Amino acid sequence: MTEEIIIAGFGGQGVLSLGKILCYSAIMQNQEVSWMPSYGPEMRGGTANVTVILSDERISSPVLKSFDTAIILNQQSMDKFVNEIKPGGTLLYDPNGITRHPERKDINIYKIQGAALATEMGNPQTFNMIIMGGFLKVKPIVLLENVKKGLEKSLPERHHKLIPLNIEAIQKGIENVETVLAL
Amino acid sequence: MGDIRLMKGNEVIAEAAIRCGCDGYFGYPITPQSEVMETLMIRRPELETGMVVVQAESEVAAINMVYGGASCGKKVMTSSSSPGISLKAEGITYLAGAELPALIVNVVRGGPGLGTIQPAQSDYFQAVKGGGHGDYKLIVLAPASVQEMNDFVELSFDLAFKYLNPALILTDGVIGQMMEKVELSEFKPRWTEEEIIAKSGTWATTGKTADRERNISTSLDLDSAKQEIFNHKLQAKYRAMQENEVRFEKINCDDADYLFVAYGSSARICQKAIEIARKKGIKVGLLRPITLFPYPIKQIQEMLGQVKGILSVEMSAGQMVEDVRLAVNGKVPVEHYGRYGGIIPTPDEVVEALEQNFLGE
Amino acid sequence: MTATTELKNIINEENVVYKKTSVLLDNEMHYCPGCTHGVIHKAIAEVIDDMDIQEKTIGVSPVGCSVLAYNYLDIDWQQAAHGRAPALATATSRLMPEKYVFTYQGDGDLASIGCAEIMHACNRGESIVVFFVNNAIYGMTGGQMAPTTLEGQVTATSPYGRDCQTTGFPMRISEMLAMLPGTRFVTRESAETPGAVRKLKKAIRKGFENTRENKGISFIEIVGTCSSGWKLSPVKSNEWMKENMFPYYPLGTLKDE
Repeated sequence: MTEEIIIAGFGGQGVLSLGKILCYSAIMQNQEVSWMPSYGPEMRGGTANVTVILSDERISSPVLKSFDTAIILNQQSMDKFVNEIKPGGTLLYDPNGITRHPERKDINIYKIQGAALATEMGNPQTFNMIIMGGFLKVKPIVLLENVKKGLEKSLPERHHKLIPLNIEAIQKGIENVETVLAL
Repeated sequence: MGDIRLMKGNEVIAEAAIRCGCDGYFGYPITPQSEVMETLMIRRPELETGMVVVQAESEVAAINMVYGGASCGKKVMTSSSSPGISLKAEGITYLAGAELPALIVNVVRGGPGLGTIQPAQSDYFQAVKGGGHGDYKLIVLAPASVQEMNDFVELSFDLAFKYLNPALILTDGVIGQMMEKVELSEFKPRWTEEEIIAKSGTWATTGKTADRERNISTSLDLDSAKQEIFNHKLQAKYRAMQENEVRFEKINCDDADYLFVAYGSSARICQKAIEIARKKGIKVGLLRPITLFPYPIKQIQEMLGQVKGILSVEMSAGQMVEDVRLAVNGKVPVEHYGRYGGIIPTPDEVVEALEQNFLGE
Repeated sequence: MTATTELKNIINEENVVYKKTSVLLDNEMHYCPGCTHGVIHKAIAEVIDDMDIQEKTIGVSPVGCSVLAYNYLDIDWQQAAHGRAPALATATSRLMPEKYVFTYQGDGDLASIGCAEIMHACNRGESIVVFFVNNAIYGMTGGQMAPTTLEGQVTATSPYGRDCQTTGFPMRISEMLAMLPGTRFVTRESAETPGAVRKLKKAIRKGFENTRENKGISFIEIVGTCSSGWKLSPVKSNEWMKENMFPYYPLGTLKDE
């Protein structure tokens, strides 16, 4: 199994840490991982994206131009990456702020109201874990218990008290994915 | 299983330095490698191992601090990115001329000039052919993964002390900025003063005791005859490195009709290109030089009876390809494919370049 | 008693009134007649001997006439690239805090190409001693203009006299560095008379002692002569120094905390 993922959105949405927790979760199940962010001026307030690869084998290129799954969290990223999803691949996106919705017919498309659900939970910082839940639902390649272990490993100990809230957010995400197009 | 972490290449350089008993790091911030010094400052190794970390006023000062520390027989290092390495060139040639061991890390970005902060491999010539003045060589290691960023720190120090010569880790923004799973090395204590005297007492400036002549750390000899003899000694050392220290990796080479030669992040991209090409029925393999000096000349030559064409893939306008051509010496066609200025080639482009050059498409 | 036995009786330890310190090696110095470097070398060597710190002292030599200082003092030495001695000394003293580390630099090395390194070593308050020999000229390369060359002074690159309108003004480095909080002891000395050398040696000792306390850098400027560069006899050089250098570079301690 090799899963090549792009996660893209605004800086501040927790794009990079979502990728990091996903990687840690895969490490917990003895997989190989790579996490390659865009860096530089792009980081300053603009868009942020990270290429995450999870695999049972040694990972070749950490830099890719086509992906099995795209997790898209803003319009700029939708425009930039929607055509880089492999045919038969998967798009998971938050429709919040999206005005030009995906029109491809050769990929699986799922929606998740991440921003709205985070507001509902009363904590905007749960946003990226809600998205994580959505991903786990549509691509169950990482076990939830390993995500929990991944959170423990990636969060500093003083933040461990937040793990139950994060798990709750993941559950929320798992329960609230909407299918737009399933091949 | 050891200490497994998910870390950035740059962070791992810092962690590996602490763990291998490095005595001092001297640096100056520059993108895309500032995480090295930042990680050290957060880790506070001075409290843990006694390692000294100094933010110098310039790259020039940093490399000269390295010269001072290396002169004391200490394990010292610096890191920078391309424009900063140009500034360090003076200190690097002095280190080579004074036969001092040290580690320099270059997380390469696109050039020339201020260039870009995105990844590139356009400092190959600077790393393996000189950079500073005079006939000198560095031991140059090119990691292709975060794990190798960890492993090559200690290896570089070992080689630097074995040959009394500076070693350089030549990497780029891809390997520096990406996170991968890494098994960190075990902690090793820093050398004690007694150990340093036992190991390097014949040259290190640890204080002149009554039982020995004074030690002088210098690259100066105004007597040309002596300077020539010294240069012979350096060249013999470089030949010994070529004989003993070549490191490389071969991937899918056994049945290969064509060969990629690529190092560092380009090698990773070529591995993906191999997957794509082989699905199309093109039997291509990869020879990945791990040491760029000494270069795996023989290992390339061993492939010549087998392959019909070699593609050197680099994030440069064609630098390493010259060493491939020197090794091949016209026996099979050698072509270059490169992207530069901070653009990373895609695996598909690489396959296309292979097809265009050798498969008549 | 024969004359020989009389002589033998005289040459014994109790009668020794002066002995060259063994820290100063017997190698013939390459300095020109009248040059101040030899006197300063000897003063440093004598203080190292007096303080019994030969085994713990590391010198850093510059590029300039004193590049070969390592041939004259019997201690461990590092030879720095032009201007970079304070960077070497920074690392050396940080990595071996129990040692006595000093740099020995001329005006071209310290005040021109090495301005950043000395400024920042001083600003960081490194526990080192800096000997700054100011003779207002580049000696080794053949008498070119230095940052400390006086207005109107003739050198190989200011053959009609230094014109401050186009070449800037002679830099008073000690005054500049004394302003930095990282400097603890800044003094300007000379070495043209036995009295001056005695004062210089006191300053050298204070500098080395200061390094034990981690309270900042000790900067000792020594105004010296360059007979060859100035194209004057040794005696005339001393006169020229007193008449021209001392008024612009006044001797004395600028800072002692």
